[in-house]
Amino acid sequence: MRDMKKTKMVFTAAVLVAILAGCIALDATLPSYHIAITVIKKATVYALVAVSMNLLNGFTGLFSLGQAGFMLLGAYAYGVLTIPVAKRESVYQYFDGGAIHFSLPEIFAGFLGDTVGKTVGMLAALLVGGLLAALMAYLIGLPVLRLKSDYLAIATLGFAEILKAFFQWNKLGPITNGSNLLKSYPYFEHATPYVLIAGVLIAVILLLINSTYGRAFKAIRDDEVAAEAMGINLAKHKRMAFVISSFFAGVGGGMMAMYSGTIAAAPFKSALTYEILLIVVIGGIGSITGSVIASFLYIVSSEWLLRGLDSGTFLGINAPSIFKNGFRMAVFSVIIMVIVLFFRKGIMGDRELPDLLDKRPKKAKKEAAK
Amino acid sequence: MSNNVLRVDHATMQFGGVVAVDDLSLEINKGEIVALIGPNGAGKTTAFNVITGVYQPTNGAVWFNDEKIVENHPQGKMKKQYKGQCEGMYKETIAPTPDKITKLGMARTFQNIRLWKSQTVFDNVLIAKHCRTTSNVFSATFRGNRKEEARQREEVEELLKIVGLDDVKNELATSLPYGKQRRLEIARALAAEPTLLLLDEPAAGMNPQETEELTAFIGEIREKFNLTIFLIEHHMNLVMDISDRIYVLDFGKLIAHGTPAEIQKNQRVIDAYLGVAEDA
Amino acid sequence: MSLLPYMINGISVGGQYALIAIGYTLVYGILRLINFAHGDVFMVAGLVMVYATASMPIYLALPLAILVTVVLGFTIERVAYKPLRTAPRMSLMISAIGVSYLIQNLAFYITGGVPQPVSNPIPWISDQVTVLGASTKRVTLLTPVLTIVLVFLLVYIINHTKIGMAMRAAAKDFETAQLMGIKINAVISMTFVIGSFLAAVGAMLYFTNYPSVAITSGGMPGLKAFVAAVFGGIGSIPGAVVGAFIIGLCEEVIKGLGYTTFSDAFTFALLIVVLCVRPTGLFGEKVTDKV
Repeated sequence: MRDMKKTKMVFTAAVLVAILAGCIALDATLPSYHIAITVIKKATVYALVAVSMNLLNGFTGLFSLGQAGFMLLGAYAYGVLTIPVAKRESVYQYFDGGAIHFSLPEIFAGFLGDTVGKTVGMLAALLVGGLLAALMAYLIGLPVLRLKSDYLAIATLGFAEILKAFFQWNKLGPITNGSNLLKSYPYFEHATPYVLIAGVLIAVILLLINSTYGRAFKAIRDDEVAAEAMGINLAKHKRMAFVISSFFAGVGGGMMAMYSGTIAAAPFKSALTYEILLIVVIGGIGSITGSVIASFLYIVSSEWLLRGLDSGTFLGINAPSIFKNGFRMAVFSVIIMVIVLFFRKGIMGDRELPDLLDKRPKKAKKEAAK
Repeated sequence: MSNNVLRVDHATMQFGGVVAVDDLSLEINKGEIVALIGPNGAGKTTAFNVITGVYQPTNGAVWFNDEKIVENHPQGKMKKQYKGQCEGMYKETIAPTPDKITKLGMARTFQNIRLWKSQTVFDNVLIAKHCRTTSNVFSATFRGNRKEEARQREEVEELLKIVGLDDVKNELATSLPYGKQRRLEIARALAAEPTLLLLDEPAAGMNPQETEELTAFIGEIREKFNLTIFLIEHHMNLVMDISDRIYVLDFGKLIAHGTPAEIQKNQRVIDAYLGVAEDA
Repeated sequence: MSLLPYMINGISVGGQYALIAIGYTLVYGILRLINFAHGDVFMVAGLVMVYATASMPIYLALPLAILVTVVLGFTIERVAYKPLRTAPRMSLMISAIGVSYLIQNLAFYITGGVPQPVSNPIPWISDQVTVLGASTKRVTLLTPVLTIVLVFLLVYIINHTKIGMAMRAAAKDFETAQLMGIKINAVISMTFVIGSFLAAVGAMLYFTNYPSVAITSGGMPGLKAFVAAVFGGIGSIPGAVVGAFIIGLCEEVIKGLGYTTFSDAFTFALLIVVLCVRPTGLFGEKVTDKV
């Protein structure tokens, strides 16, 4: 029993170290515009958001579809707070340079030195984005969380749409730049910072899930009535899960902004939430490891491996009339439907990384290959 | 100062046109085992739900350790006969959620077992300790509550030993045989550290031997945890064996109350259970 | 600035929402499922109409569009929802989202992601007419009338035919209806057929007013129609219709007042307010949980 626990810990640590080492090695050898680096960045961001959604939908049993809205908040907060002062004139060209005349990385660079200060400033902006999303979740959680399953889903979906509309409103232009892009803000070029930030945050979520509060969340998911009868305050705990999940979605949104280089409200639509939900399903509702693996599988194959499906040639077969634009996503959505209908447990079910040692230990290899 | 733990005053619970609990008043003293019996559909579980805060009564009050925990005054669409019945007695509306009442020291089990299905036996009991944790979510996440967590785990181990479930503690709650699931429900309720334990048909579906074991078990835990117990039950052997006093409900109304011996002889109770001949 | 043209338009849009909303409300009434794919079925109806009218005479094209839509709705239910009858509701909802995703991606593949122009709009109803000094297409005037006629027809079917009775029974109590010998799968299929048929009619009217059909064209009207169904009281057909007209009207008036950005947001704000204040909607029945 004890030994098994130790083996599991060593195994988990080994996998994590291997991933990180692989990542650093890739950063050192490949140029930052290489597809592998791009894919890792994007997949890490998706992994973080998928895990945050899993915390809510998988572990607390609250079917919320507001993720895109909270990501939007995080992304905008990041952009607004980090665009260098000198660039604001051109970014906010329709709004006289905007209403905000400072930039966190520059402020921190003032007393921490250029490199450190800039990084701290960027991290601080991510944090503010997360807090903003959490605050918004707290406010809308009051009325919305009393709703039952599907009503909650549609209400949170609606909130995300409302947020999107607000951020495109011209009157808020001096801050959000209206329907124009936010750009020219600093971002991390290499993949390692993304992996580190997302890794640390996912670890925090794991710790939360295995704490007494995480257990209370699972009790609410399994049987609300019993949970309440055993002294778990439903309103308080649901709101807690909602706020925490939104915080991480907000940070994820900020990282998404970093990765993509520009921010607009339009991409944060319900389709983004659906995409993330489907990733959670593929990975297994109730498995953090599953969400992470599924994010990587999804992004790696859709952005990279299956590219050929869209551009004429796939696996050496040249058939431009079939392999044309859109075929990749069509194939993908068929696979997703097959998983939804026939493999409802997803890749991992509710198991985590160390549990892989319990039975089929061979499967663990898949994950070490990041 | 009275020594009653629980007092229900004129509790009425009306669903639309149906009056499930009709002007129920009762008292439970410290250390007693009191049973609530009655034919199916008499309103026993509804009474439990009113006491534990699942339903807000349409009228009446509940006192726990001399503190008023639930109160409601007649309002809205009450049936005519209840309007003005207790006029002036209940002016406030106190309607706590069930978790608040549990925290005050009242815990319950359910008639249809409601364990947390995806959790192990150990975790089912441990989660019930959550309402006694003092650490906030941050310190819990970053493991600033190690001491408390360790203490709770120890308490759960001990509790599982007492109820005889320590050999199956790592199994899924739903994989247990029926009798043990019932026992686990009781263990879970005990983990919430109640002074008053409410058992909703703890022997439902049990054979005579299991029922006998359960009877002994209930007596045991009363001693060990210094409990007051209020239970709903259909197995008359169990009820007559362990109850100090019995309340009898029929069609939501209290029709009798007294010691087991008195209840056994009570004509109204016999009629309620057997039905009265129409042509008498 | 006159609001009148916007109001006329609003009533028309409301009618189109109503035709979609009925599909939501019927399905929700029986399966307790938000059929997220319904908006996409509506979009497919529009696409088929565009393709069909371009290659065949109108009297063949329109029935074909309706037929394809109905078959699609029927197939979705059989393939994606029927296997999950006993699964938790969350699985069903995820499946619905998956279907929506699938339809959009397939449509993207077929259209190449290019919005398909409505090049041969249905004649007569797309003619310009002038009402009370405002110029509009004839379809704007026709929609509310046609909607009302179809709704009356549907209500008649539900209240006075055998299949309608079965549908009401299934909506009231799924399991008991099954035990009483109602062929529940047939009833559910019928529900999807009716819903898809109305969505197809709605799509024909809706897209006559628009220059093109894009793969995302179904999403927003779909969600709004769902909001209309909730607003009116989910499960209630008159509720869905009234809700749809109110939402259509409010949206267009908001556009008329110059807040176009917020016309979508308004609908969702309304949804949230309704859910919080009166979760059963205007005409919905109250459901109580059992402990």
